[in-house]
Amino acid sequence: MTKLAYFPGCSLKDNAKRFEDAAFFVMETLGAPLEELETWNCCGTVYSLADDDLMHHIASVRNFIRTKEAGSEELVTLCAMCYNTLARVAGRVEAHADELEKINAFMDREEDYEGGIRIRHILQVLRDTIGWEALSETVVRPLDNLKIAAYYGCTLVRPQETGIDDMERPVVMADALAAVGAEPVTFPFEAECCGTYQIVDEPHLALEQSNRILRSARLAGADVVVTACPLCQHNLEQALIAPVGESEEIKSIQVVYFTELLAAALGADEATMSPVVREILSTSVTAEGGA
Amino acid sequence: MARTKTIPRENLRERVEELSGERVFACYQCGMCSSGCPYAEQMDRLPSQVIRDLQLDDETLLDSNAMWVCASCLACEVRCPKGVDLAKLMEALRQIHLRKALDRVSLDDLSKDEIKKLPQIALVASLRKKSG
Repeated sequence: MTKLAYFPGCSLKDNAKRFEDAAFFVMETLGAPLEELETWNCCGTVYSLADDDLMHHIASVRNFIRTKEAGSEELVTLCAMCYNTLARVAGRVEAHADELEKINAFMDREEDYEGGIRIRHILQVLRDTIGWEALSETVVRPLDNLKIAAYYGCTLVRPQETGIDDMERPVVMADALAAVGAEPVTFPFEAECCGTYQIVDEPHLALEQSNRILRSARLAGADVVVTACPLCQHNLEQALIAPVGESEEIKSIQVVYFTELLAAALGADEATMSPVVREILSTSVTAEGGA
Repeated sequence: MARTKTIPRENLRERVEELSGERVFACYQCGMCSSGCPYAEQMDRLPSQVIRDLQLDDETLLDSNAMWVCASCLACEVRCPKGVDLAKLMEALRQIHLRKALDRVSLDDLSKDEIKKLPQIALVASLRKKSG
């Protein structure tokens, strides 16, 4: 299988490094390794919603040009926010030739972007290119008895035009974890907002939201919440550290990136795992040959 | 002859419609946005009231906290039966402030420790949404 052009974004090189490390291992093991773009810049972080604000789409477009230079028509992301921003900009300039012309004219030192780049989240690659069966066949350490709540947040599923799954009842992340032996639980806050950047100046907004999400997952019987976004992961972790109000029950839940559990199931060396994942494996997952 | 602006900007509704590309009179006040908004209880006006105030061209809306509490999660956008993108209306309201250099968030207000603790994805997103 050919290599996949990969866009990391800021967090994957810093606080979400374990999200990326695990994804590299998973994709290598599946024979579809990620190849990071030689150069890349910030995706723009959020998609600008004001109609006349073309300036902030330039960051994404530059990354599309880098992708073409790498000889690829597709760009794969791990971060849900990068996915959303890149995919929305790609769709917008594809549909509005006049806007793309303005952006190209502004970027003096770039080759014109002519359109045609497709943004894919790694969950789409796993589902649509590799398939759950192939993923399942690669498992060496099945996550038996592990009850997981797949938490999608906003940017993977909304808006509908760029959403990677059903926007009210997404299943793709739960299916990925089920393919490696875990038992997904359903809970109603799977696509509720985690509080996002409000953690900066209105932390109570983010902590209350994240707290509700964790409680809901715990009430549904989950041992672990899995995420696909460095900001969701951060906010949920903060809510675990500082539970709001009557929420003792959430203290026993763990929050990890979905790629970390996939890597564990596919045989990653324990030394490369985060302490949280090692703890999950030792306490929740049935020992090999056991049960 | 002085150049006249092709798009009228006399009132709040028209400014917001121009910035957002949305038509506020498409809304028939069903309240779906308010019922599904995870932040509605933190707002001093419900999301549906924000649109109603725009329809009525109520300029006091600019003093509301609703636009700053809204996190563009798009729960309203995907559920609106009339296809109104309320997140874009909220962005337009924020932009009216931010384009006058009335920033809501500044790095100067955060301590070094706070900045160190926050991942850059949070800081950059916050500054993108709440500063100009």
